[in-house]
Amino acid sequence: MDLQPATIELKDVTKIYRMGDIEVGALRDVSVSIQAGEMVAIMGASGSGKSTMMNILGCLDVPTSGAYLLEGENVGQLGDNRLAEIRNRKIGFVFQTYNLLPRLTALANVELPLLYGNGHDRRRRAMTALSRVGLADRVSHRPTELSGGQQQRVGIARALVKEPSIVLADEPTGNLDSQSTEEVMAILQDLNHREGLTVIIVTHEPDIAAATRRVITMLDGRVVDDHTLE
Amino acid sequence: MNPFVTFRISLASLGANKLRSGLTLLGIVIGVSAVISLMAIGQGVQQSITSRIESLGTNLIFVQPGESVQQGGLGGGAGSAATLTLEDAYALEDPVFAPAVKAVAPEIRANGQVTAGRNNTFAQIIGVTPEYSEVRNAPVEQGEFIAQGHLNNYSQVAVLGQTIKETLYGNRDPVGQPIRINGRQFEVIGTLESKGGGFFGNQDNQILVPITTAYYRISSQRTTHGEISVDSINVQMPDIGVMDEGMMQVATVLRLRHHITSEDDFIITNQQDTIETLQETTNTFVIFLGAIAGISLLVGGIGIMNIMLVSVTERTREIGIRKAMGAKRRDILVQFMSEATLLSLGGGAVGVLAGASVAQLLSGQPLLGNSPLETSFGWDIALLALGVSAAIGLFFGIYPAMRAASLHPIDALRYE
Repeated sequence: MDLQPATIELKDVTKIYRMGDIEVGALRDVSVSIQAGEMVAIMGASGSGKSTMMNILGCLDVPTSGAYLLEGENVGQLGDNRLAEIRNRKIGFVFQTYNLLPRLTALANVELPLLYGNGHDRRRRAMTALSRVGLADRVSHRPTELSGGQQQRVGIARALVKEPSIVLADEPTGNLDSQSTEEVMAILQDLNHREGLTVIIVTHEPDIAAATRRVITMLDGRVVDDHTLE
Repeated sequence: MNPFVTFRISLASLGANKLRSGLTLLGIVIGVSAVISLMAIGQGVQQSITSRIESLGTNLIFVQPGESVQQGGLGGGAGSAATLTLEDAYALEDPVFAPAVKAVAPEIRANGQVTAGRNNTFAQIIGVTPEYSEVRNAPVEQGEFIAQGHLNNYSQVAVLGQTIKETLYGNRDPVGQPIRINGRQFEVIGTLESKGGGFFGNQDNQILVPITTAYYRISSQRTTHGEISVDSINVQMPDIGVMDEGMMQVATVLRLRHHITSEDDFIITNQQDTIETLQETTNTFVIFLGAIAGISLLVGGIGIMNIMLVSVTERTREIGIRKAMGAKRRDILVQFMSEATLLSLGGGAVGVLAGASVAQLLSGQPLLGNSPLETSFGWDIALLALGVSAAIGLFFGIYPAMRAASLHPIDALRYE
């Protein structure tokens, strides 16, 4: 297990999108710091900037201004290839719509991140990740043959397979029934408690946020509330 | 990403749309097989033309009369003047003035109606000397060839080509039979071996008679001096090496005999020139055929580009997912390029097989005259075709692949 401290540090991060002649400030002077091993929920209505925040935290996008230090490295000004490497090594994504490749089996989907970068021992590592989410008996099923909850667990296994330090989950339970929601949240909490992974969940459901220890609330591109639950 | 994995992913992606990939492949298959088979046919035609000319002997030069120039009147074309005589031909055998010459065979050409019994046909009548058989490589099949004695006596004897023999006598033995040429009675003394149809008239549709007989009994041409004029003189050299030397000597002898001070009244050509000219012509023909087939290959390439663009659009989300998982620009580029190349190379391989089969099927079919076409299919063509199809895949694949590679991960993930 990778136990080095995963520190996320946003300093005065601003993100401006251009739509024709109009500039839209999706993030304005956001400064947030997240310690290694924290479990954080980012809340906010749609348009509040939480998705933009997610994209920047996940190195899918870079800030217009300000600094983003990921484990001490300023990733805000890196090029596409370096960002791809960081996503591959340090970040595991979990998506609301699972984003599994429909043609591939569960195992092949989990192997996907291993195709890029350091990819030795793909089968064994993917098997291990699937076992961790309790799907060792579903390896050769395709996404269409799995329930929503099972698909999302495959998604989590895929996020874990490279043993990242941060798991970023974007509305991970948005498409799930209550039982699957519990299962998925239990897995995410388990990863945080037992393995010390930094877990960041973007959600608009207070129930989900309540399962975390810290809730950051956003409105109009700004952090309006940041409190730690006891 | 290692090449084997890339290959496997490409294969799986193409396999996911079998019909679509198959149809795209078909475009390349048709293009490549068209190129291969047309090239094979073209080269076959070229080879058969060349070998047919070479069967006449490559160490031949031909002397023909030059243009006739009449004072104040109309000039005739090449070969129209009656400037060459039988005496000229014999003079070329002179070992002192023309030591490079091995043998000389003058000829007079005429056309005539020939009848035997109730059968009749139209044939080319050639007046020849005994040397003709060897010089023009026209061996006797049955009976005998024209001898010096026949020339001296203006004998009315004839040697028949295969086609004439079959038309007039069928399966019967013609030797010793009477034949009428332009109303005169001749006797058949022999037949020639079949040489097959050529581009210079059917050599089997000929009747050979003594050159003197042809001059006095059949042809109506006369020289101003009362000598026997000839239509052309075939001059044989011992080998190709002395060709130029021989041509010089022949020209010198004729200039001396004709008292020429300025312009020659004869034209000398040789077999090699003819072959080269024809090869140039057929080369153009082969390239032309290849270019037409190449257009269909181009269309196939555009088909690949089209389908790859569709594929990139359809798989935008997949590209987004792969990028989020850490795929670099280059990984995506290589992925789509390899799919395009796999399509074109696969099509190329099938096309080579199909083209080779077509060439094989056509081989031996009588497409030209009555001699079989020998198509030639070489591995060099096959390799070239494979190389070209790979290049087509790369060329037409690069734009769609670049489009895929340059997609922004966020936009791609959001794509519905």
